[in-house]
Amino acid sequence: MFGSHLGVLYSAMKRASLYLSVLALFLIAAPFIFTTRYTQHVLIVVLLYVALGSAWNILGGFAGQLSLGHAAFFGIGAYTAAIIASKTGLSPWWALIAGPAAVLPVALIVGWICFRLRGPYFTLATIAVGEVVRLIALNWTNLTGGAVGVVIRPSVLSGTSKVPYYYIVLLIAAATVSLCYLIIRGKLGYYLMAIREDEETAESIGIDTTGYKLRALAVSASLTAVAGAFYANYFLFVDTTTVLPLALSVEIVLIAIVGGLGKVPGPVLGAVLLKLSSEIFRNEFAQANLLIYGALLVIVILFMPDGLMGGLRRLFRIAARKSQRVPA
Amino acid sequence: MSLLEVKDLTKSFGGLVAVDALSFSVVAGETVSIIGPNGAGKTTVFNLITGFHRPATGEIVFEGTNLVGSKPHTIALAGVGRTFQVVKPLRGLSVFENILVGAFARTGDREEARWVAEDVIKFTGMTGLRDAVADGLPIGTRKRLELARSLATGPKLILLDEVMSGLNPTESREAIELIKRLRDERGISAVAGVEHVMQVVMSISDRVIVLNHGRKIAEGTPAEVTDNPEVIEAYLGK
Repeated sequence: MFGSHLGVLYSAMKRASLYLSVLALFLIAAPFIFTTRYTQHVLIVVLLYVALGSAWNILGGFAGQLSLGHAAFFGIGAYTAAIIASKTGLSPWWALIAGPAAVLPVALIVGWICFRLRGPYFTLATIAVGEVVRLIALNWTNLTGGAVGVVIRPSVLSGTSKVPYYYIVLLIAAATVSLCYLIIRGKLGYYLMAIREDEETAESIGIDTTGYKLRALAVSASLTAVAGAFYANYFLFVDTTTVLPLALSVEIVLIAIVGGLGKVPGPVLGAVLLKLSSEIFRNEFAQANLLIYGALLVIVILFMPDGLMGGLRRLFRIAARKSQRVPA
Repeated sequence: MSLLEVKDLTKSFGGLVAVDALSFSVVAGETVSIIGPNGAGKTTVFNLITGFHRPATGEIVFEGTNLVGSKPHTIALAGVGRTFQVVKPLRGLSVFENILVGAFARTGDREEARWVAEDVIKFTGMTGLRDAVADGLPIGTRKRLELARSLATGPKLILLDEVMSGLNPTESREAIELIKRLRDERGISAVAGVEHVMQVVMSISDRVIVLNHGRKIAEGTPAEVTDNPEVIEAYLGK
């Protein structure tokens, strides 16, 4: 009996690694399959949101701390790139390192304040933090350009090809998802899940709940800042309406929830579905695109309360039961 | 030397004195029962010892260190485990994962934690429920899971809040058996809070402390306590 269990596990692992290899090959070959600038741009946006949703999932999904202020961390990463370019003359790509470094102290202060609150009160506090950061950026004119924003001078990479950007964002997304996977398998992941399920129980078995929430926030915010730094380098323009709006925080949360909260592949699926469909709808339906986008959200949330991950799992289970019923 | 020494502990909520100048001690390897009617202050005592409440006055000395003012997780890591009266399983996780989370208290290594969890799951007789999701378990099993999760953290003392409430006779027998083995096979001390004067629980207790209105009204062997007129009065009235 034990042997057959191991056998099943082994073949499942073999199948999983086969799927992963096929996916990796596809992602590496994608810019050569989709050769127009527009489709490559869509792929870049989808991957950017894969990274954002996955980073948010560490705090919101694993640890159950629903933040609606992640635009703040994204914006700080993006502004770091803009400020490096406009004030120092260095390459804005340095923001991939400097962005998370700038975000860390902010995240720790935010956590120190907001983690005194639980549930909806925590979420409200994170909205406030997002707005405070947005207003600071809007009014600190000599650093951020205020309402005018910052235009970043094109660098070596920004020629005609989008392919280099694609590979950079692919690397960022892949690293973020891999880190999520490593976290969820280890002590940190289990501790965050324990905190999500019951904070008193977590304390009673030796978990420093505030300390571990801060760790989750630090990792989540840093990864979000990396994505923000990439955004600035790719779009070469940063202002408060593009990188710091509340709508961005909401969109990141939607991607994780629609995909499947707390599951590693959740935000990946969510980003693919929501960003692809919003691009397609924008092209096909012009003004009606938001209406259809909204309808899609309602359908997923109504019929798949555990997100796409939960929905797919249920489908597979039904399929498996049906195939078992057929006599061999 | 005693493992746990509680001195002059007092706690009130508003005008109600929940625990009133309570002192007692627990020696290593000893099972102590705290009995008392509903509202006698048992749960408050447990919450004070494990740092979930802060006492107004008094000292809680565990292995020579004063625990008053420490956070619950620090106290857990010092070696004081607990279960909750209203069971608090980590609902979305399986039985094994619930225990595994506890096992991470002493190690960061996944394999080592799994090894500890396997040992605990066998010790508590939950092997068959390994992959069951904690949310759907019957109350008896949930209580057992509370104890297993706490045991996985490697405590020297476990505080069991209302171990017997809600259990049917078979489950109660199993729970009593488990508490006995905790002491006999693992050398772990236990303080069990019990509402009713149950002969069986009393019989496995080395000592019994009786609380009423937050005060200790009697302490002694199970036989001494049950013969005490003040105890009989607390339970049955005059």
